[in-house]
Amino acid sequence: MAEKRILLKNCEVIDPRDIDTYLDRDGFKALAKARDEMTPEETIGEVKTSGLRGRGGAGFPCGAKWELARKAQGDEKFLICNADEGEVGTFKDRYIMENDPFTLVEGMGIAAYAIGAKTAYIYLRAEYHFLLDVLNSAIDQAKEKGFLEHLDIHIREGAGSYICGEESALMDSIEGKRGEARFRPPFPPTRGLWGKPTIINNVETLMNIPQIILNGAEWYSKLGTEQSKGTKVFSVSGDVERPGIYEMVLGCELKELVIDLAGAKNVKMAQVGGAAGKVIPYSMIDIALSYETVLGSGAVTVLDESRDTIDFVYRTMEFFAEESCGKCAPCREGTEVMVEILGRLAVGDGAEEDIQALEDLSNVMMLSSLCGLGQAAPIPVLDTLKHFRNDYENRISQSVFLRSLRGINS
Amino acid sequence: MSENEKKPLVDEREREKLLAILEDAQGKLGYLPEGFIANTAHSLGLSISEIYGVSTFYSFLSTRPLGKNVIRICKSVPCYLKNSRMIIESIQKELGITPGETTPDGRFSFELTNCIGACDKAPAMLVNDDVHGTLTPDKIPEVLRACV
Repeated sequence: MAEKRILLKNCEVIDPRDIDTYLDRDGFKALAKARDEMTPEETIGEVKTSGLRGRGGAGFPCGAKWELARKAQGDEKFLICNADEGEVGTFKDRYIMENDPFTLVEGMGIAAYAIGAKTAYIYLRAEYHFLLDVLNSAIDQAKEKGFLEHLDIHIREGAGSYICGEESALMDSIEGKRGEARFRPPFPPTRGLWGKPTIINNVETLMNIPQIILNGAEWYSKLGTEQSKGTKVFSVSGDVERPGIYEMVLGCELKELVIDLAGAKNVKMAQVGGAAGKVIPYSMIDIALSYETVLGSGAVTVLDESRDTIDFVYRTMEFFAEESCGKCAPCREGTEVMVEILGRLAVGDGAEEDIQALEDLSNVMMLSSLCGLGQAAPIPVLDTLKHFRNDYENRISQSVFLRSLRGINS
Repeated sequence: MSENEKKPLVDEREREKLLAILEDAQGKLGYLPEGFIANTAHSLGLSISEIYGVSTFYSFLSTRPLGKNVIRICKSVPCYLKNSRMIIESIQKELGITPGETTPDGRFSFELTNCIGACDKAPAMLVNDDVHGTLTPDKIPEVLRACV
């Protein structure tokens, strides 16, 4: 299956600094259609029927989320575009914003109209400060042309924190606080930013909206699988010949993406969905990419046969330990203990009980962490224990042997 | 400044400005000095510990002086797979400092950071706000020379 550019149809085609090049390609027609021909409820209905699910990683049905916010009581409602793309290996939102900021602005215009928000924020990660100009210019040009009379869009910059991509921590960060996850319920569509109904959508999710409104939910829902409609933008990196952005119809095979398109060779495994993503061994390379199987943020990091499993998992866990906000103990302490165990294993100082300890810790963290960070951090550990258990067992027997050489009893 | 002198926070929405205030100061002063944190706390009607808490939470804010140019090398897996270690070593060699340090002349600080979303150009680093990708050790001296 080749690439299918629907969301990215304007990328590297229009001039991201010139709204006229966007208008020449049906720009802002979807917003006009929604506002002139559809009620907010009909707009939400269209998105619901399309089957669009969140593209940030969690995959919550977009239309259902909007409906909650629409129906929530509140004098003020907010829309937030999550542009805090911090998931390791993910750079699709960067590519989208640098090449087609206008579709994003239009998508936000439609979303705000549907839920009844008059103020919207784009939460942009600090690492993407260089995108501030192009985004501001897109907003200003859209405003000048009269497309944003119903909406004020503000950009809020992060200051370097992975957890702020988690929606509740993100809201705390906009409020000027440490970005720490909140207890839920209440969920943001009923009580979000400053306690008001709030919708938080990923950049890529919002990019889908103009296409759905313009071409209709029926057209959109013909793409993809039963539970995964539309296309997905994948960020492919690691041991591949052609790293980069690929837009594929959902349900395509991992093999098509990493081998046929990106040119990977001697694949050992691919992690799909970023640091918190599932690890797929080469034996399962024909797995479909969809919400039913494996997807996440669409980051695909490929590791070839030369790579060491434990070294990879150790580095991934180090990332989580550094980025844990520290609010809940299972995540704060769990990630640290895992780093300690995996670090010992990585340097050949493992112990028999390490595998059991990793499994026990994983279960506790997945059950009791406050947010997605702690809940998902064990995934690469458990997946590699499942598919590459030999690597762990060998490392432990090597460790025992190494200690015996040094005259230390194991 | 005593706690009683603190102005009451008129509107909790005022606090929305906090991160932007800190980012602005970080840009201008290169770090967030104690006095600045105390003044910000006073003007927003928040406690010093609240401001300090926010200042130390985010990795792009610093409570100790940073160099004029801040280099952040990505150490996450996609860059690691593309030999980011070599880049880290050559920066270390060129500047004579290790991650977390600042050169004695105050020209450079050098830090390791998590994924900067430039994995298609791995190994990559940020020099201040600019991304430098597809790095090799021989490109490093040139990148550093371009920094004022």
